Amino acid sequence: MSEIILVSAIWIAQGALALAMCLCTWRMVLGPRAQDRVLAMDALYVCAMLQLLAFGIRTGNTIFFEASLVIGVLGFVATVSLAKFLMRGEVIE
Amino acid sequence: MTIDLADVPIWAAIPAAAFLVIGAGLSLLGTLGLVRLQTFYDRIHAPTLATSWGAGGMVMASMIIFTAASARPVFHEILIGIFVTVTTPVTLMMLGRATLYRDRMENSPDLPKAARHVPEPEDEEKEEQNT
Repeated sequence: MSEIILVSAIWIAQGALALAMCLCTWRMVLGPRAQDRVLAMDALYVCAMLQLLAFGIRTGNTIFFEASLVIGVLGFVATVSLAKFLMRGEVIE
Repeated sequence: MTIDLADVPIWAAIPAAAFLVIGAGLSLLGTLGLVRLQTFYDRIHAPTLATSWGAGGMVMASMIIFTAASARPVFHEILIGIFVTVTTPVTLMMLGRATLYRDRMENSPDLPKAARHVPEPEDEEKEEQNT
């Protein structure tokens, strides 16, 4: 019984997150300016992280949490460096 | 460490499922706002829904499931929650500052009225003298 509840909840969550990733990609394609694309990329990173978290729960394997943490760190660094680039035109001064 | 979802008792499965659906649904709502809202300064608020309640709900669900299934406290997922909570304001603040700078340079019509005044060097000197 509990397995049915959990598996259906995880399927709903993964579907919602996949739709969320599609919407982020749509905003990234749409633009209209560079900062919108950077913001959409940041949201896409967060959604990918949550997607991997849901996948880790579904398979019952904790190794995916480390992967999820790595994606989070990469998203942080990417967004900060792109914001820096938009501000100054260069990343490292 | 591997668990089987069938080992999770029913009293833990129901709140965990609720947290999963709430977290993912709020992430979806946040990205819907990212697509629907009109200006960048509105849009920058939308993805924070995914990083606050979205990540919080998913991390909470995973903590409940793994703790209940392996019959010992499992808390290492909370690292993800803490990390996301700490880094989101930093990134969005930097992005907002960069956008404000770019919009002021171009005198863009998207700029909110209150942010339109660009302080001149003379104004800053006057303010310094006043204070």
